Amino acid sequence: MDLNFSEADSAFREEVREFLRNDYPADIREKMERSVRLGREDFVRWQQALFQRGWAAPNWPVEHGGTGWSATQKYIFSTELALANTPAIIPFGLSMVGPVIYTYGSEAQKQRFLPDILASRVWWCQGYSEPGAGSDLASLKMRADRDGDHYVINGTKTWTTLAQFADWIFLLARTTTDVARKQEGISFILADMRSAGISVRPIITIDGEHEVNEVHFENVRVPVDNLVGEEGKGWTYGKLLLQHERAGIAAVARSKFRLERLRRLTAEAPEGGEALLDDPVFRRKLAALEIELLALEYTDLRTLAAVATGGAPGPESSILKIKGTEVQQAIDELYMEAAGCYALPFTPELYATPDIDDVQRIGPPWAADTTPHYLNGRKVSIYGGTNEIQKNIISKAVLGL
Amino acid sequence: MDFSLNDEQSLLKDSLERFIRSDYDFDTRRAHLRSELGYSQATYERFAEFGWTAVPFTEEDGGFGGGPVELMLLMEQFGRGLVIEPYLASIVMAGGALRHSGSAEQKAQWLPGLIDGSITGALACQEPHGRFNLARVATRAQRHDGDWQLSGHKAVVLNARDASVIIVPARTAGEITDRDGISLFALKQGTKGVSLRSYPTVDGLQAADLMLDGVHVGADAMIGKEGHGLAILERAIDDATLAVCAEAVGIMAVLVDKTVEYSKSRKQFGLPIGAFQALQHRMVEMFMEHEQTRSLLYMAAMKLAAGA
Repeated sequence: MDLNFSEADSAFREEVREFLRNDYPADIREKMERSVRLGREDFVRWQQALFQRGWAAPNWPVEHGGTGWSATQKYIFSTELALANTPAIIPFGLSMVGPVIYTYGSEAQKQRFLPDILASRVWWCQGYSEPGAGSDLASLKMRADRDGDHYVINGTKTWTTLAQFADWIFLLARTTTDVARKQEGISFILADMRSAGISVRPIITIDGEHEVNEVHFENVRVPVDNLVGEEGKGWTYGKLLLQHERAGIAAVARSKFRLERLRRLTAEAPEGGEALLDDPVFRRKLAALEIELLALEYTDLRTLAAVATGGAPGPESSILKIKGTEVQQAIDELYMEAAGCYALPFTPELYATPDIDDVQRIGPPWAADTTPHYLNGRKVSIYGGTNEIQKNIISKAVLGL
Repeated sequence: MDFSLNDEQSLLKDSLERFIRSDYDFDTRRAHLRSELGYSQATYERFAEFGWTAVPFTEEDGGFGGGPVELMLLMEQFGRGLVIEPYLASIVMAGGALRHSGSAEQKAQWLPGLIDGSITGALACQEPHGRFNLARVATRAQRHDGDWQLSGHKAVVLNARDASVIIVPARTAGEITDRDGISLFALKQGTKGVSLRSYPTVDGLQAADLMLDGVHVGADAMIGKEGHGLAILERAIDDATLAVCAEAVGIMAVLVDKTVEYSKSRKQFGLPIGAFQALQHRMVEMFMEHEQTRSLLYMAAMKLAAGA
């Protein structure tokens, strides 16, 4: 057992840090530090900076533009990005549909779609959940009926994240209804969001944000060429994607950054007062969370080590999802506590506007989005397979119950 | 020991329940939330017609002499409806300070309006670094030709924008966290030197940060005795704490009901999701937490009533 990185790994970490110092756009860094909401263009510009460096898709095979890094290097990379408070990588192209296309897509599809995903030239969104199909995704009802060289798609997708920005959507839709198991007859189809018959209706969530949407399909004609892999095998392809989705959800490094930031923010004593960090009750809560996160970090590292020596990420990725999201939500609560009475104002215009100076703000600059962030974060124990579903997976696959 | 309500309390509870159920639907509430005022003045005046705004005040002051139990009944129902009208800020907080310790003149000046709903009040009990310590008052009041001059910063003052009277604690003596030396002042809206930064709150109310820059008030604006304001503040905040607890219990009761109801209609894997044991247990936890919190609420109301 050895916790140390090799010399080569340390050199790699320095390389990543140097890249972040030079190529992480200063204005985006500033927005992140001041909790200002990012726009489509900010995400794209950051991802294109990674692309320029050849680091857009560490998990992809080298032949499609991946980095060929070891598991340790991938870990170092994602940790350094989180500690530098960089924007989340929008997962729909790079982490979700990309792997499905290079694993199951045709040569023509790979050539057509992968370069644009890698370079963040095309924004993708995910057409999975439906109003009646959430945890029980296989009960989805969207129809894709064959008509000559086209599928005619009808149905509704929901909770579609950032569909308002998307150029393309990947869908699970039913191409056959006459099946023995509901997992059969589902196909994985790619659709241009500009197709006639697609309409995007915003869902404004409790934090006041427009992040998710309902996407309606009415007789949308999609070329048969946009079917990925075999007709009716979409469920298998979709499951591969869910594994990719779960792996990133633990967000260990981001939680680490957020806790360290909270420690730093609460260490500052206000004029004529004591620092919150000196309050024993608050300190204890912070310490308890730090310990929980440390345990999670090493669970994550053990998974990583197993993968590095040829093992496959198994059901333990469910542990990472459950504990990772519990920690994220606990951190959100602690931020609200730290903000005190300034967790109460609802001032989205203050974190939506980059050039508002601190004088115009209400309370400390970091406090403005604490409650919206908490409210938004209630989703994390539900999405990507609810934590109850994850527990079912562990009880079946690990405990054999 | 007796946990039952008397006849008057039962009547109050029934009328509140009926109103919230039939006249306070969510869509109307939402429309009022989006209006410039952020709530409905007409609805608030109906509160007054029902006598709810008069509940905590003595009969002498034009009220009904209700106590913590009545306040609890009101606020629980307001929680059930997610009421956005400024009852807490105006009646419980500002009204509390005035009815406990206002002079006859101050009561005559403000209470009739608060009770008939034509005006509202606010209590500026927090400062930016106060962290819920009521005694931490950095705002200063200095004598100035027989008057007082106030300077300081008050944080997240509920209903400050719309209040006709804002009760402001300021330090007339002592150091920043001393329990003694805090005095309360009744400030009229629009007094020179007061500036407001108002904003909505995450729960749909209105609040403001209050900057006081050499604000002149007359000696007659002081509520209670000089330097003894903290006790008044604490009494008002005790009532307000009970009120917020009751509101929370009302919200919890609705959440338990709505969650259970939804779990019976939402189907996944061919079953209502309420059929899954993992979710049943979570809902049982919700139910138990709600009952436990309700127990604490009743205890708090009865203790407050016994002490008053």
